[in-house]
This record gives sequence, structure tokens and C-alpha cells, in this order.
Amino acid sequence: MKTISMRINDIPVTVDEGATILDAAKKLDIRIPTLCHHEDLCVSGNCRVCVVEQKGARVLRSSCVVPAAEGMQIYTNNQKVREARRTIIELLLSEHAGECTSCYKSGNCELQSLAQEYLADGNAYINIADRTPLDISSPAIIKDDSKCIRCLRCVRTCSELQGVSALWRVNKGNKTKVATFMENPLHYVACMNCGQCVNRCPTGALTEKNYIEDVWQAIDHPDKHVVVQTAPSVRVALGETLGLEPGEVVTGKMVAALRRLGFDSVLDTDFTADLTIMEEGTELLTRLTFVLRDGKKVAVPMMTSCSPGWIKFIEHEFPSLLENLSTCKSPQQMFGAIAKTYYANKKGIDPAKIVSVSIMPCTAKKFEADRPEMKASGFKDVDFVLTTRELGHMIRQAGINFVALKDEKYDNIMGESTGAAVIFGATGGVMEAALRTAHEIVTGREAPFINLNIEPVRGMEGIKEASINLQGVKKDWSFLEGVELKVAVAHGLKNARKVMEQVNEGRSPYHFIEIMACPGGCIGGGGQPIPTNVEIRKKRAEAIYSADQSLPIRKSHENPEVQILYRDFLGEPLGHKSHELLHTHYTKRGLEFHMKSKKNQKQVIAC
Amino acid sequence: MEPEDLNRRLEELKQRVNLIFKNIDCEAILNDVLRETPRTVLSKIIASGLSGRGGAGFPTGIKWQGAANADGKIKYVICNADEGEPGTFKDRQILDEEPDKVIAGMIICAHAIGAKEGYIYLRGEYAFLYRKLVSKCEEWNRFFLSNRNIDFTLFVRLGAGAYVCGEETALIESMEGKRGEPRNKPPLPVISGYKGCPTVINNVETLAYAVMIMSDGPEHFRSMGTKNSMGGKVFSISGDSPRKGVYELPLGMTLYEFVELLGDGDTKAVQVGGSSGTCVPRKKFADTIIGFEGVPTGGSMILFNSSRSMYHVLKNYLEFFQEESCGQCTPCRVGCQQLLKGIEAIRAGERPLSYLDRLRNLAVIMSVSSKCSLGQSLVNPFNSITGHFREEVCY
Repeated sequence: MKTISMRINDIPVTVDEGATILDAAKKLDIRIPTLCHHEDLCVSGNCRVCVVEQKGARVLRSSCVVPAAEGMQIYTNNQKVREARRTIIELLLSEHAGECTSCYKSGNCELQSLAQEYLADGNAYINIADRTPLDISSPAIIKDDSKCIRCLRCVRTCSELQGVSALWRVNKGNKTKVATFMENPLHYVACMNCGQCVNRCPTGALTEKNYIEDVWQAIDHPDKHVVVQTAPSVRVALGETLGLEPGEVVTGKMVAALRRLGFDSVLDTDFTADLTIMEEGTELLTRLTFVLRDGKKVAVPMMTSCSPGWIKFIEHEFPSLLENLSTCKSPQQMFGAIAKTYYANKKGIDPAKIVSVSIMPCTAKKFEADRPEMKASGFKDVDFVLTTRELGHMIRQAGINFVALKDEKYDNIMGESTGAAVIFGATGGVMEAALRTAHEIVTGREAPFINLNIEPVRGMEGIKEASINLQGVKKDWSFLEGVELKVAVAHGLKNARKVMEQVNEGRSPYHFIEIMACPGGCIGGGGQPIPTNVEIRKKRAEAIYSADQSLPIRKSHENPEVQILYRDFLGEPLGHKSHELLHTHYTKRGLEFHMKSKKNQKQVIAC
Repeated sequence: MEPEDLNRRLEELKQRVNLIFKNIDCEAILNDVLRETPRTVLSKIIASGLSGRGGAGFPTGIKWQGAANADGKIKYVICNADEGEPGTFKDRQILDEEPDKVIAGMIICAHAIGAKEGYIYLRGEYAFLYRKLVSKCEEWNRFFLSNRNIDFTLFVRLGAGAYVCGEETALIESMEGKRGEPRNKPPLPVISGYKGCPTVINNVETLAYAVMIMSDGPEHFRSMGTKNSMGGKVFSISGDSPRKGVYELPLGMTLYEFVELLGDGDTKAVQVGGSSGTCVPRKKFADTIIGFEGVPTGGSMILFNSSRSMYHVLKNYLEFFQEESCGQCTPCRVGCQQLLKGIEAIRAGERPLSYLDRLRNLAVIMSVSSKCSLGQSLVNPFNSITGHFREEVCY
């Protein structure tokens, strides 16, 4: 490849052809401030904060878009550049409601830290922030236009990463804004609540709806028994909100911190992840039995149903394929249902007094917990969903020195888990866990991969494929002898769409498909610590796989507490009780407009 | 000067140029041009010194050469007929009266660069010209181009009314069916334009002049105007003038001479180049040349007499810009609003007079940090009007 020699601040540097000025500066460890630029997204070059001076050029160049050229001489920090940057930041502050003391994002706001860095005056210009009332219609995401600086990261995230385009830019000039279809409330448009926009918003314009105060109230309530569950991917990311490096596994510290926050019982979503594998694995084998042995018409390929962003996506975009979706609830909802039945029963607690809280890497889980069908036990499965970020917030509020905490263990019952459950947090994890169990059920032997690591389904590639040739199957499964089990794994809804289009057209060669709404799976979830990028997600994924490797039990069906649960309560996978508590149904939403009535809309906006 | 003298002088000037509205046989000229090699055509255009007539003044020959040398099997010629600058209406007249010349210019360009398709991007508000241009294009496609087995087809596209789509990369985005907003440069359109192919985008007037250069020779064109501003220019005269209208005049006149001919005797300022151009006050008329060595113009000349409030003139422009900014880059989107809000606040006494200096500095920063020439050129009207008419703006 051709290389290019140039000078930045009079320091020579050589870069590959096609690199931008920003890339070249990075190579020299010169930091150029950026706002609209994000490593996950296409370049936009619209905030202009990254301007630099090029010797001989009439205008300043925006370093994130201008490619390096031979002999270029760039100055990143002179009077002209500093003044332009400060002015641009001041202009952004003038269209931003700079209410930092009342802003949820304060302290993790890129505009705030840039303003501080450049000593920008928030009152230099007349404030023209868009004072449209907050959009609080969605149970997951709050949209505050007054904080929006039109960097369009959210718009690019929604269209490029997710292929959803729930958010788009509307109008022009002084009326330019980021809005939903016909500027309707988020809850009533085809938004999947994935929260990827929240993860990339540099200000407080898009944030998760936080339930911190509700959870504190439940904890402080003398009569309530508050159980908390922690999702697999929270333990590899929580540290980042509390001063640790990405990729540190903080399971023990997290458990200790949750106990200190005052939760009555600290349990693990991993337990129900194992349970999910039992149910979903059995469901897959049942479907295959119907199709391959009995010749019945049953929807295949089967698709996973753990990711609530994905569920809403298929309900909107491919309502005709809902039958292919596994009927299993997600581990979070299974946990809630079991907590208010089996757990309540075992512990002798009135389920009405149990408050079920979950710590999730996800904003869509907030929506999922609110689904009307999620109360099979007679009580709401999960009462409050907190994101990893919210938990970090609570730990800081409580004055806990997280880094110094000694590791503690989960409570029982429902605290035991296996390596198969931990890897649910990374893309391909559910597939890997399912294959470990299903292969053993069918053949009686472990899945044929070194160390049980099913490498083909791991990694950050958008769509992954794998196949296992089933040999030497048990007598009950003789119809599967010699069958090549084909699976696919997709993460990010844009990739999901590609796989679904294949299914829709009847060209899909697979038996089983795992789909996660977020890039990288739950480790890149919309509720995870900000910032996020490919490097950070890779580190979190490595942490997940190392946690799996370090656990003594690595197959879901060997989880002793799950075995007891079946023996004492559920009976068998896909049994009557399971159906009642652990399985669900879906809603055909389609893409037609979802506002129920004009009156409804007004209420939402008014509140 | 007496009115009769003025008229005579104006007529004399018009006769001296008289290219755009001159009666010629486009087909005959094209027949000659198509026999020449593309290289010869390019060298003639370069030799003529023709520069872009939309206002930016980029040398046309160099632009064509860039596209001719660019890699790519498919190349495009686009005629920028999105004439949106307030105070400009000369392209409308050219398209209405001389559509053949514009089309012939496109064919010459296509021949020079090797383009297979040509588009006229017509301003949304000029929809009344649409049918006429479509039938003209069809005529040329059918009776000229296909008869001679020339692999070049003409089309007309109608804009939707956004001012910014006159910016060439925004125009391309609009033609591709996207939101009309400027792209990041580089790459320039001559390397990667419409559908990612090398594309030449020229103003209506530029293309018409190309025909005249091929017909009368580059030397004739060079002989008009001045050393840095060659050839004639079609002006749109509006405002406080008894002779409003479209005139083709040589470049290089002083504003004094110009106002003498076209003013009402009470001209206090001329806005040269439309709302994004520069405002020149009376005291500067004598030493200001109309052309690239003085005040460049895309053709719009708006005359103001002493009854006009320059505050309202500026406010009007800023209101226009805050709406017509595409809204993607910060300096332009927010800057336009701040400039407008700022002068209103000063006028209302809500901000001190010194705030105007902050705004003037902001305009300068917008000129170096905005993404496209819309935000970059706002400094021209703002700083010239507030500089020369500070009291009128502030009080």
C-alpha cells in the first residue's frame, strides 16, 4: 500500500494512503477533539470541532474527513484553531440547554468536558435550545431535544448499525432536529428500545429512563423483600463505570456491592440462562423431531428470543416469522417468574411482597419487563430494570469503595450458574451454550470442539455460521443420525435483517439462528457503560470467555440448582408448569402507525 | 449624464459583449466542434480564460480537464440551473430564451470529457420551464445526438426548492434522491460526483459561454473584460434602479460607472453577488471593480437608495440564511441563527453594542470553519454591512 508523509505540528509522520488527518494525529499521540465522530459509524464531518489548520489552505480542514496528503503541513493547536474550536463549542452550547446540575449525563458528557477543556463560555451567545417537552413516552429511553447538538450519531447508529431508522433528521436550517416518524413519541414508532443511540449520544439528549429512586424506595421499604438478578454481561462491564479498565471481571465485587446497597437476596440471571438452554434446547429438538421425523409443518429455523430489542424488531419488521421465534421468555423474565413462585415458596415469602429487580446491559429490557403478558404468576415478573450504568450510579451514591471490596458469592437458591450461562453475554454465546447441551442430549457425548469452545460462533463478525455433523446419536434420536445441524449467529439488527430476509424468502439453510439486537451481543448493549467501541467490546467478550473457562461446570444441563428446580417444581422441560411460567407469545406489530388514538398521544406528551 | 446619453452608453456596452443572447446556429457550431479532438476543445476553453459564472469563479477549462483525466467509464455533465441566490434571475432568462445554447454547451463539455449523460438540474421554482426544457432535450436527443450516433443523452431534473442544492455536492445528493446537503470534500465532483462518477457541474451561463467561445474563438472572449476577469457577464439588476432587468455587460467596470448607468441617482449601496455577496457603500464605488480583482459576482446586483434601512436588508438576508442552511454543520446552522438573534438583540438593547464585534468575529470563524460555501460566504454580507453601516444596524 502507498504511504504518505506529512507533518503535524512540525513533527513528521507517515501513514497509509486513505488515512485521515485524525488518524495521522493519533499515530503521533496528538489528540484532536471530536464530537460527531464515532469509531463505530461512518464519518460525518458536521460538528467541525475537529478543525485544524493546513498550511496554504484558505479554510480550516475538518480532520475526521480530510484524507492525509503528501507533503501536507497541519497545525492542530494554534491561535486560529483554538479560537475556531472554542467558538464552535460555544455555538453548540448556545443550542444546548446547559443545565448540567440537573442533567443525568453530567460527568459523562462529551460536550461538557470539551467546554471545560476549551474554557468555553456557555453564555457567549443567546441560548436557542429547542424547548420541546421531554419525550418520556417510552419505558426505556428519554429523548430531550433541548440537549441535542445535532451531531447525528444517534441517527447514524439507528440506520447504519441497526438498520432501523427510528430516529431521523427532519427539517433544515434553524429547524433541523432529530425526530421520529412524524415527530411522534418514541413509544409509538418502530423503535426497538435497543439503546444504541443512548450509548453514542455525546450529551444528555438521549438517556435511559432511570428507575434508581424506585429501587431505593423498594429497598428502604420494611415489608418488601427485594431480590436482584444480574445479567451475564454486567459483570464484565460494571467496573468501567467505577474506574476500572474495560475487560475486568468484577462478579465478586458486584455481589458484595449489591448486598451493601441493601438487596435482600443477590441472585444470578445466569441461573435462568441455564434454564433457558434447557427449555430452548428442548424446544429446538422437539421442532426438529416434528419436521425431520414426523414430517409435520413446524416453523424452522427456530430463532432465539433472549434479546428484547430483537423481539420488538421482528414483531415490527417480520411479523409473519413470529412462529419461528422460540416461545421461551428471556432469562430475565424467566427469573422473575420463578422468583415469585418457586423462590417465594421455598423461602416462605408472600410473592406480593417480593420486589424483583434486574441489572441488565440493556434498555430494551425495561420495555420487556413492562409487556402485559409478562405476569404469568399473577405478579409482574420483573418490577424494575436497571442498566449497568444505573447500578454504577447507585454504587457511587451509596459511597461504596467498589475497587476495595472483597469478593462475595451469590445467595442461593437461584445463584448457581455454569460457564454456558456466562457466555450468553457475548454474541454467539446462546448458540454455543445450546449446542453444548443439545449435542450431549442427542449423542450422549460432549460437543466435538477443543475445550468445549465452539470457536466458529465466537467473534465480532456480523453474521457467523457453523455446522455440526451429528454422528453416533442415541436410539431416541436416530432420525438425526448423519444430519448436519446448521446454525447461524447474527448481532446488530442490520445483520439480523439480512438473515431474516433469507428466511422470509425461504432460502435459509439453517436449523437454529441466534440473534442479538446489539453489536457484539449484550456486552455491547444499550445499557452498558459509555463509551463503547470495537476494542472495548472485544475486551468485554474476552472477559466473558475467560469467566466461562474458569468455571467448574460449563454445561447448562449440569447446573445442580436447575436440576433441583425441575425435580421439585417444574417437572420437565416444556412441561405444563414451564409452559405456564417460562414461555410467552408475541404481538404482530407491523410497521403501521402505532398510536392508539389522538387522545392517547396527547396524554403521553402532557405527562 | 442625460437619460439619452445613458441609454446610448448602455446600448454601446451591451453591443460590445452581446454573446449570450446573440443569434447563432448551434447545430452548425456543434458539427464543427465534434470534428475536433476533445484535447483541442479543452485547450480552447482553457485558453479563453472562462471561469465559473455561478459566482465562485473556478476556471472552467481546468474543471473539465480534471474530469477528462479522471478514471471512470461513466462520466456526467450537469447543468446547474438551481438559480436560488436572492436577486439573481439571469439563468431563468437564458434558459427561457437560449435553451439551445445551454444544451449545446453541455454537448461540448460531454465531448471534451467523454460524458455519456447530461442533466439539467432545474430550480424547483422554475417548474414553468420544465416542460419546455424536457421537450428541448428530447428534440436534441432525437434529432441531433442519435442521428449522429453520439452516445450522449440529455435529461432534466427538477429540484425541490432548497437554496443549498445550488451547491454542487448538495445538488448531486439531491439528484441521487437523498437529503440535499453538501458532501465532505475531497473528493471533488470531477473525481467522484454523481453516483460516484467523475462529474462536471457548470452554471447555465458558463455552458452558454462555452458555445460562444467555440464559435467566436477564445481570443475574442479574452479580448473582453480585464486581465483577471475575462469575457462578459450577465447581470441581474434589481432594487432601486429605473432599469431593472437582465443585461450582458463586460467584466471589469467600476461600480461607479455601473451605478451611473443603472442607479436612480440616489444609490447609497450595492449588494454585489446577491445575499451571499458583498455590500459596497457609495464611498467605495469609484475604486471597486466588478470582477475577480474587485468584487466577484454571480450576476446579482441589488441597488439600495437612501430610503432603505440596511438593518432590515441584513435582517432579511439572515432570516433567509437561517432557514436555508442545510443544518448539518455547527458554524452555519447555529451561526446563522446567532447572527440574526444578535443584531435583533443589539437593536432591542438587550445586548451591548460591543456584542456586534463578537458577531463579526463569529462571521469570520464561520467563513473558515463551515462545511460548504453557504456558511463560508455569510461573512461577506454581514461584515460589509455591519462595517459600513454600523449605526444603521445598531440603532
